[in-house]
This record gives sequence, structure tokens and C-alpha cells, in this order.
Amino acid sequence: MRMRATAAIVPLLLAGCGVFLLVGSLESALFAQLTVSGLANGGIYASLAVALVLIYRATQVINFAQGALATFATYVAWQFIAWNMTYWLAFSLTLGCAFVGGIVVERVAIRPAGRRGSVLSIVIASIGVLILVEGSIPLIWGTDVRFFPSAFPARTIHVGGVAFQLQDLGTIGVSIAAVVLLWILFRFTKLGLAMRAAAFRPEAARLVGVRVGWMLSIGWGLASALGAVAGMMAAPSPSVLLQPSMMDGILIYAFAAAVLGGLESPAGAVVGGLAIGALLNLLGSYVGWVTPQLLLPAAFLLMLTVLLVKPSGLFGRTSVRRV
Amino acid sequence: MRAPTALRFTVVGAVALAIALMPFVLSDYNRSQGARVAVFFIAILGLNIVTGYTGQISIGHGAFMALGGYTTAILTHSHGWSTLPTLPVAAAVGFGAGIVVGLPALRFHGVYLALTTFAVALAVPQLATNYSHFTGGVEGLPLPSHTGIWLYGLGWSVAAVMFVLSWLLLRGRTGRAFRAVRDSEVAAASSGVSLAVHKTLAFGVSAAIAAVAGSVYVLVNAFVNPDIFGLTLSLYILIGAVVGGLGSLWGVLVGACFVQLLPIGISNSHTVSAQSVPVIFGAMVILVMALLPRGAAEALFWATELPKRIRRVHSSSTPQRLEAQ
Repeated sequence: MRMRATAAIVPLLLAGCGVFLLVGSLESALFAQLTVSGLANGGIYASLAVALVLIYRATQVINFAQGALATFATYVAWQFIAWNMTYWLAFSLTLGCAFVGGIVVERVAIRPAGRRGSVLSIVIASIGVLILVEGSIPLIWGTDVRFFPSAFPARTIHVGGVAFQLQDLGTIGVSIAAVVLLWILFRFTKLGLAMRAAAFRPEAARLVGVRVGWMLSIGWGLASALGAVAGMMAAPSPSVLLQPSMMDGILIYAFAAAVLGGLESPAGAVVGGLAIGALLNLLGSYVGWVTPQLLLPAAFLLMLTVLLVKPSGLFGRTSVRRV
Repeated sequence: MRAPTALRFTVVGAVALAIALMPFVLSDYNRSQGARVAVFFIAILGLNIVTGYTGQISIGHGAFMALGGYTTAILTHSHGWSTLPTLPVAAAVGFGAGIVVGLPALRFHGVYLALTTFAVALAVPQLATNYSHFTGGVEGLPLPSHTGIWLYGLGWSVAAVMFVLSWLLLRGRTGRAFRAVRDSEVAAASSGVSLAVHKTLAFGVSAAIAAVAGSVYVLVNAFVNPDIFGLTLSLYILIGAVVGGLGSLWGVLVGACFVQLLPIGISNSHTVSAQSVPVIFGAMVILVMALLPRGAAEALFWATELPKRIRRVHSSSTPQRLEAQ
């Protein structure tokens, strides 16, 4: 009975949010613009959140280095562009580098910590990676804030009196496309099946010949590549800019998004990311006392509320802990 | 495996004496560096109680330091208090905040707790920036400056008090309960250890100690602003605890020296750039987690224990059970 009630609440809640955003957008052009630019931020949070969820599903740990790895990848992309590559060539090369980098991190830092220790050891090792990677950026590229070009022209298109930034629409598009591609990989390919099997039941997967260790590494690689997408989409924004700590705040929003979606569910992370992006943008613009400094605590408060009220999130399964 | 009590007291006494005599050979600048080591010592001690002994990870101890630091700064700057009476107030504020953070910790496990405390570490400086009429905002608040010897004395006296209090707390019934919670919550609960009481208590005590560290920290700095309590501080405390050894009071000293003195050593040596400090720290954390999950304490343990074990294996044919700690 209780199960059914909560199951019905989630779609209702989401439908309510959707209707609220839609009606608001039809009522006011400003509201529509804010919603779309919020959703663009949300797309970035969503990609990073999905990356976190990928790793959480496979290894039951949160990768605290996700943001730092994304920042590093964005610097790599900046370097490629500085070497006169076209944007999209640099973009795809960076994805390749990030993929390999993710695998290396898993092999070198995470797996040795997991072999002997507990979840605590892996979490701390990932924080070690965070410190190492974020610290190596000033050594390689210096501490200056850099401007990262956008893939999309700085134009606006007008739809029914509302001016949408092309940059925002492009960011939403790229983020969604990346997540959908990943979903196709997991749902329809043999590799995806093997990866799901390795995450879901490692021993059984090993028995039928899945190389579980490699599947975990590939999972980290994919998550790292997805994070790179988020970094490259976030860096052009004037409120972010390419700097060593640029993803620290975004990582918290991604945490909140992943938790809102239930940590286990990629779809939940996407919805959570978009919702948090739109919500925070509207909150920051319409509620007078919510200053930009309060957005991060607001996301934290949201995360805390979800964890306390419904720890399995909007889309997660309720897990039964066996003692 | 425990060394005899007399030996242990001798070693503690020798270390305490060395720390007490140190300021007589140091320059005034190095004395204030020594005071900074004391700050890290206190903070890492606090973190160790909750993470090392009770197994509840906290990445947000910089936030508790910020609370303590701002308590001291606001009381002295805006309310005309003298310095020392603010320390107990900071401890009380920290204790309260620790209980508040510890309450959700009853429901969160492992990664969720890590997430929450990480977010606290990032959110608190933002709050301090926002409510600038209390905290002075980005510019912060000035505090009276003190001589290096005064700071050194204050830092290490507070550190000694905290160390003894922690030792008394951890050696008895409460400490046993903490360790039981860390090793197996189920076993602890079924032996009559209240998880709720001990987890929140551990958070409260730990946060109170961290808050006192924060008070000393702002006194050493002679100013306070949100930046000095950034994510880096929280991470450095964690690095110190990990490198020194989670669940070891000895490791705290090693960790504090590592975190505070290594960067200075590196910038003095001129062979490597000072910017490479985070890289070395990160690599150390990864290495320690891979090779010695219990940090320097474990290295020390093996260094003293290995020769004995080898001798024992040689002298008797019965296989020895190897157990860590």
C-alpha cells in the first residue's frame, strides 16, 4: 500500500514540475529564458551526475575525483585548441584521452586501495586523486584563468518573443546526446551487457566469462569521458571559466542531482540534474534573498532533505541491508 | 603488541619534553610555524576520533574549524572578549554543530556521509561570505597579533590538553564502544552499545576539538576570512589523518608534521617547485591507501614488530598467527 503511494507520487511530482515550468514559460518570456539557461546548467550537472552513478553502480563508491578529472580533460581540450585544432577534433580527441585517463586512474589508484581496504579506503584514494589531479593543473598550465571557446556561436534565436542563447540550447543538446549514447551502449551492445552483468553480479559474470576487472576499468573510462563532456560544456560560461577549481561547485550540484535520482539510476540523475539546474536558476533570480553564495548551501540542503526523507531518491530502489 | 606502560609513558614524556624545549632553539617565525603544526595536530586528532576510531568518514572538518575560528574572531573583534575565554565557547559551538551533523549520520552510511560532509566543507565558506555583517564577508575580520612564542605555547598547551582528554576518552568504555561501532555496527549493537549515542557523541567530540583547532588557527593567522577555511583545509586534515594513520593517536603527530612542514621543506629546498606540494600529497594518499591503509602508525608497527616476528618464526616451529594490530 505504502509502496504504491510513493510510486504514484514520483510521476505526479515530476509532472507537476513540468507543468509549472511550462506554464511559467508561457506566461513570461523572462521565466522561459531563465528556465532554458537553468536547464543548460542542469545538462552539465546531469552529465557529471550520470558519470558518478556509473561508477557508483559498478563499485558502490562515489568518485570524488570526478570533477577534477573533468577539469583536467578540459585543460587538455584547451591545449588541443591552442595547437590550432578545430573545436570538434579537439573535443573528440579529449574524449579519447579522458577515457584512457579514467582507466589509468582506476588501475593505478582505486583498485589497489580496494584490494585491502573498505569503501572508506576507496573514497580516500579518490580524494587523493582529486588532490593530485587538481594540483597538477597549475604545474602544467599555470594558475591563470583561461577562456575556453564555446562550440556554439554566441547568438540568440527568437521563438515567440523569447530569446534563447544558442549556447544554452547546444549545451542541453550535447549533454542529452552523450547520456543517450551511453544508454544505447549499455542497453543494446554486448559490451554494455557485460558491463551491467559485472556491476550487478560480479561472481556470476566471471563464471560466464566476463572479464569483470576490465569492465570496471572501462566503466571508469566512460565516466571520465562523460565528465569531460560536462567540463567542456561548463568552461565557456563566464561564471565558471577554465581554472583548476572550476568543477568543485558543479560537483556538489552533480552530487545533489545523483542523490535526488537515487544514486543508482542514470535516468534519475538526468532528471535530477535538469531539475536542480532549472530550480536553482529560478530561485536565484526570483527570490531576492537567495544570493549566488547561497545556491551551493541550497543544493546541499536539498541533498540533505532527500537523504533524510527518501534516501533511495526519486528513482532508486529501496535497498535492504542484510546484517 | 602493546609496548609496556612504563616505556609508553617514557616515550610520551620524551616527545612532550622535546616539543616544550623546541621554542628555545627556533626563530620567532619558526615558532609560529610550530604553532601551525599544533593547529593541525588538534584538528587531525579531532578527525581521528570520528573517522579513525568510530569509522564515520568526515571530509568536512574544515567547516567545524571555521565555526570555531569565527566564534573566536567574532567574540574578540565585535564583543570585546579577551582571547582565551573564547576557546571553551568555540568548543561548545563545535560540539553542538557536531551533534547536528552527527544526527543525519545515523541514517547515512559510508559514501552518503562522505558526500554530506564534503558538501558541508564547500557550503560553510559560502555561508560565511554571504552573512557578512557577522563575519566581515570576503575581507574577513582582523584579530590582535601575538608573538611566535605566545602562539607556540598556546597551540601546544591546547594540543596537550586535547591529547590527554582524547586519550582518557578513548582508552575506557567509550573508546571501546567507538571501536566496536567502527569494526561492526551489528556486533556493537547486539552487545548493548547504542549506535545512536556513540555516533553522535563521536561527531560532537570530534567537532568540538576541530573547533578549538579553528580558534587557534585564526589566532595564529591574526585574521579570519572564508578563504582560509576552504576545501583545501578539510582535505589537508584528512591527508594528515590518513598519512599519520587512522585510529592511532601517535600518527596524529606524524600527520600534523607532514601536512604543515613538508610544504615548507619543499619551498626551502628550491629543488622542486612549491606548487608541486598538492601533487606529492595526492600521490602520498594514494600510496598509503594502496600499501599501508593504517598509515605511518602501521609502518612503525611493522618496523618494531617484524624483527621480533622473524626471530619468533626462527625459534619455534609452530606457525604464528599474523594479525594487524
